[in-house]
Amino acid sequence: MKILVCISNVPDTTTRIRFTDDNKLFDSTGVQWIINPWDELALTRALELKESTNGTIEKISVINVGPKETEPTLRKALAIGADEAIRINALPEDTYFIAAQLAEAVRKNNYDIILCGIESSDYNGSAVGGMLSEFLDFPSISSVSALNIEGNNIEIKREIDGGYEIMTTSLPFIAIVQKGIAIEPRIPSMRGIMMARKKPFAVFEPIEAESLTEHVSYELPKPKAACKMIDPENIKELVDVLHNEAKII
Amino acid sequence: MNFEFTEEQKMIQQAAKDYAQRELIKDAIERDEKAEFPAKHIKNLAGLGFLGMMTDPKYGGGGMDAISYVLAIEELSKVDSSVSVVVSVCNSLVNWGIEIYGTEEQKEKYLKPLARGEKIGAFLLSEPEAGSDASSQRTMAEDKGDYYLLNGTKNWISNANSASTYVVIAQTYPEKKYRGINAFIVEKDSPGISLGKHEDKMGMRSSDTHSVMFTDVKVPKENRIGEDGFGFKYAMKVLDGGRIGIAAQALGIASGAFDLALKYSKERKAFGTEICNHQAIAFKLSDMAVKIEAARFFCLKAAWLKDNNMPYGIASAMAKQYSADIAMEVTTEAVQIHGGYGYVKEYHVERLMRDAKLTQIYEGTSEIQKIVISRSLLKD
Repeated sequence: MKILVCISNVPDTTTRIRFTDDNKLFDSTGVQWIINPWDELALTRALELKESTNGTIEKISVINVGPKETEPTLRKALAIGADEAIRINALPEDTYFIAAQLAEAVRKNNYDIILCGIESSDYNGSAVGGMLSEFLDFPSISSVSALNIEGNNIEIKREIDGGYEIMTTSLPFIAIVQKGIAIEPRIPSMRGIMMARKKPFAVFEPIEAESLTEHVSYELPKPKAACKMIDPENIKELVDVLHNEAKII
Repeated sequence: MNFEFTEEQKMIQQAAKDYAQRELIKDAIERDEKAEFPAKHIKNLAGLGFLGMMTDPKYGGGGMDAISYVLAIEELSKVDSSVSVVVSVCNSLVNWGIEIYGTEEQKEKYLKPLARGEKIGAFLLSEPEAGSDASSQRTMAEDKGDYYLLNGTKNWISNANSASTYVVIAQTYPEKKYRGINAFIVEKDSPGISLGKHEDKMGMRSSDTHSVMFTDVKVPKENRIGEDGFGFKYAMKVLDGGRIGIAAQALGIASGAFDLALKYSKERKAFGTEICNHQAIAFKLSDMAVKIEAARFFCLKAAWLKDNNMPYGIASAMAKQYSADIAMEVTTEAVQIHGGYGYVKEYHVERLMRDAKLTQIYEGTSEIQKIVISRSLLKD
């Protein structure tokens, strides 16, 4: 089996978000870029499956739609253990456009399992996996918190309201994964970092595809109000504040 | 002049940071209190290749440069120097010397398992009567023909209990003074080796520090490193590189303490505002940041010289002296900024202050660094 893990290049989660050009563009000055945390967990699970299934998984590829600046992030994925990296040389401006590019890469390479993080930590669109499934006409399962492979048996656990479902499907399929799919992302070893330089890394130009959306402007959330602490024994004060200040009762 | 790190160096830095911030932080305080060796973490870091990160890949190491080493040691030391000292001793004091001066047989037998992280090393130079005065070795290695007979005591040995491979410095020809000293690879489980108690230290408490006693220990002739009488020079060369590791460790302790103090100062309020808005605290933070940045440049310059095969002995002495001294200053201020909270073990910062002190003492005291630097300035 061949696994493709779709990787988004996102700002480090401690980044202070700023906008520029009259709030029309994200200010990437000084930003540290990382693998989208959900994609990183997806990659971790792919590696665990390769290690535990004795030859069933022959290759793990990672793919990103992005400019040259995303290559260090892809090389980190190689250092962690992916076998090859693919970059589609285009700005990831629109979900539909990104999904179209990924779909084309899948068509050319016959992957059996495609893993996508459920959302990216920057735009939180939660849409690429579903769109990819529609483009390819592959079954897709979302909110996947466990994926096990034994021989030809695929077992998927997905979270639902109040519980979980255990599902199976046939190859090829797309698993849109969330927290729980792996416990901790891998730390690259010295050997992995050394080997990353030598692993296959292909860059392709994008296919023609529409962008269906456009970012018009950005806005920071309003600053949170100060928190008022009320002694849990002091019910009178609590009621008074809720009634007279917050005006919600 | 390019001050940017390479992508690989950044990856190594991030790997060390991720391990430190995700794993080491969890039990650093508890292990310090119990003086418990971080066996699980050393095993994990060995698996990631940190214990042999600078050794040539043909001997099982990572082949990384000294700049990567400085970055990794700094990140680990921000959280736990008891762990980073193991990485430093293995890479600098043990592996490097064997790789440069050892025979191929010694590298095959001893360096490979060390570089792969399968074994831990220790460097045995200090003695009860010979610390700074390293040439006054009392541990004797008598030449018995096809073996050496080792007798004596070493003390303050890091990794003494966890290591299986020792590099021991001992006197073979007392009449030749420092020219009669040799360096040997000694297997820790050799008959006649015993360990003193685990030292109950002020700081780096979970680092495994013991005295080591040698009573008629037989060391095969082929385990001597380098030419007969090369041992003192060997030790000095090895320590030059070790200083880069300890300088980076001190840098990490300082920058870890600074990060904590900065964060605390933005949260703690006094007199109606966060304490960082009071100039007394803001100026402390500024002074700390400047010292740390200067120490960082010293460390990276020494590492750069080593990577470029240029003489680095003076640079490493300057880096070690300065970084250790500012680590003490910065951690003291970090505790001060935390106020009462800085004085209790629940907060990491007091441990960092205790850890900082050792960097001024071991692998050449700050005073010895001044001797090294001043002699170089004053020689013709």
